[in-house]
Amino acid sequence: MTVQDIIKPENLVYQKSKLLTNKPFHYCPGCGHGTVHRIIAEVLEELGVGDKTIGVSPVGCAVMAYDYFDVDFAEAAHGRAPAVATGIKRVWPDKVVFSYQGDGDLAAIGTCETIHTCNRGENITMIFVNNGIYGMTGGQMAPTTLEGMKTATTPYGRKATLPAGAGFDGIPNNGYPLHITELIARLPGTKYVTRQAVYDPAHVRNAKKAIRKAFENQINGKSGVNFVEIVSNCNSNWKMEPVAANKWLVENMLPEYPLGDIKVDGKLVEK
Amino acid sequence: MGELKLMKGNEALAEAAIRYGADAYFGYPITPQSEVIEYLSEQNPYERTGMVVLQAESELAAINMVYGAGASGKRVMTSSSSPGVCLKQEGLAYIAGAEIPCVFADVVRGGPGLGTIQPSQADYFQNTKGGGNGDYRNIVLAPASVQEMCDFVALGFELAFKYRMAACILSDGAIGQMMEKVVLPDQKPRMTDEEIKAKYPWAINGRKNGTQHRIITSLDLDSAKMEEHNIHLQKKYKEVEEKEVRYEMIDCDDAEYVFVAYGSSARIAQKSVQLGRAAGMKVGLLRPITLWPYPTKAIDALIKKGVKGFLSVELSCGQMIEDVRLACNGRVKAEHFGRVGGIIHTPEEVLEAMKKQIIGE
Amino acid sequence: MASFKGAISVDIERCKGCGVCVVNCPMNVISLAKEVNGKGYNYAYMAEPDKCIGCASCGIVCPDGVISVYKAKL
Repeated sequence: MTVQDIIKPENLVYQKSKLLTNKPFHYCPGCGHGTVHRIIAEVLEELGVGDKTIGVSPVGCAVMAYDYFDVDFAEAAHGRAPAVATGIKRVWPDKVVFSYQGDGDLAAIGTCETIHTCNRGENITMIFVNNGIYGMTGGQMAPTTLEGMKTATTPYGRKATLPAGAGFDGIPNNGYPLHITELIARLPGTKYVTRQAVYDPAHVRNAKKAIRKAFENQINGKSGVNFVEIVSNCNSNWKMEPVAANKWLVENMLPEYPLGDIKVDGKLVEK
Repeated sequence: MGELKLMKGNEALAEAAIRYGADAYFGYPITPQSEVIEYLSEQNPYERTGMVVLQAESELAAINMVYGAGASGKRVMTSSSSPGVCLKQEGLAYIAGAEIPCVFADVVRGGPGLGTIQPSQADYFQNTKGGGNGDYRNIVLAPASVQEMCDFVALGFELAFKYRMAACILSDGAIGQMMEKVVLPDQKPRMTDEEIKAKYPWAINGRKNGTQHRIITSLDLDSAKMEEHNIHLQKKYKEVEEKEVRYEMIDCDDAEYVFVAYGSSARIAQKSVQLGRAAGMKVGLLRPITLWPYPTKAIDALIKKGVKGFLSVELSCGQMIEDVRLACNGRVKAEHFGRVGGIIHTPEEVLEAMKKQIIGE
Repeated sequence: MASFKGAISVDIERCKGCGVCVVNCPMNVISLAKEVNGKGYNYAYMAEPDKCIGCASCGIVCPDGVISVYKAKL
């Protein structure tokens, strides 16, 4: 049996979701955004809700997510995607509304909107892509940047407090990696809170299941934020090859941001 | 037809939102406009008409909720006062760029900064010149009575949807807080989802099967497209300038000297005109109702009719005077008189200022 | 052993040559080409087509969705 014999429509077992447009992603080679876009589109397609979905894109690398999803989309100001999503969902409660944000957007400039949207228990799905760095602006420190991690604004590594020497040790400096997902999981307004990754097929499958649950909860429920964090990469700004970046992610990001469900059906998962 | 009531300006604005069929109000408390959200909360509009009322976590969140709900084709409103309107400027710039219709009210208080909770008109620049980034305009309506606080909600929505842009109701602490009689309109039904989908094909509320998905954004990284978008916006603004100027003239037919004043200052200047007329002075009042677009041509016409000077009366250190002078273009004298810090000028001192600064006695 | 045989088709012009599919292929079927596509990327291709089992791991991890996977019964 030749390759030509196998590559026939009846033998197709996997292809890009039809809920994605034909526009090639502008993301860097190996960037997790593309994978996350893909599985969101697959879930929406499988749930058959493409016609009733409204997405909200952030400011950051995913600002033009609206070009890739073949669903209605609004582009929000930096950090305000949860407020924009709230506005849409409140006046169209039967639609499926999701926000898509990075770490700088969701956990720094938009922390207020994030926390209050979660605390109000808006019946929306929030997707949070955490790669520990500002991608679009060129690799500056994010709230989720790891301690010691070098970025354009922490060229000597992020230091929570000033290091020993010259008598400055212990003085507050860059602060600590922000665990916003654990934080919002404590709020009664969140229904489903989970942290996933997309660096290998098994984790992509898990992440897709989580995203599916996050949308199903919204469709079947009346209130409660369904929040999926994806620990992802930024090989360009981490200054690594894509495969090396994924390895670095496993070795460095995951110990700080462990994967798994944090809250299911409104109840914190006991670890 | 209608219902006569005694109401505060802020309450009339809120009641008008319900009666004119607004779909949502997103707000945040700030003196002197907190009655808007208090009144709406007390009225249970969700039960009356299905209108959503939500107290946001900040003015920033409120305007971005307006952005989202407005982008989906619904009639959405917010209100605030000066420092809160500063926070809304980011959202307003995005609303202008993405061409989202909405109405926002600014019940102005004194500044700069936290300033004072007393009435002021010192946010004329902020609202008429654009407080956010980029080349954009908002339609600015200036109510001078509680009745107009009510009526301009309808006018604001009409213009906002006609031109797909924000309409500002630029009030002040005096108009917002004072009680007057107001004739409220009969309850208008809210538009149905089907009507919205049919009437506003640009709105994002779920694409129709097989049709192109819709995008609401203010971004385009292609310079040529962004220039084209800006030219499109300017063309729209030009049309608004040509078609939507509104103003009122009082005793201007034979006037030699004219007060220019809006909102609560116009109420005072109107009394100054009466006092002046009683003393045999040929004075009149031009009351701009739209502050943008500005009634530049009305000033031009008055000059051509023989008006020799204008006094811009404002509760500010002199902001609208710039537009009056632009309209005069050096042909006749135009000066500013104003009180600030929450002090409201008396009709007598306004008339006195006209004598001193313009007529030159 | 395998009663199935797989194959992939790569949208060569959209492939960015990140190599994530290469390391995630359990059968070591995929390599990056020595040639480049129109954008200058060494695109992914089936270097050892006989080994492909059609598991779709490559398609699932591909950030750009450029891999379609096919599987036929032998």
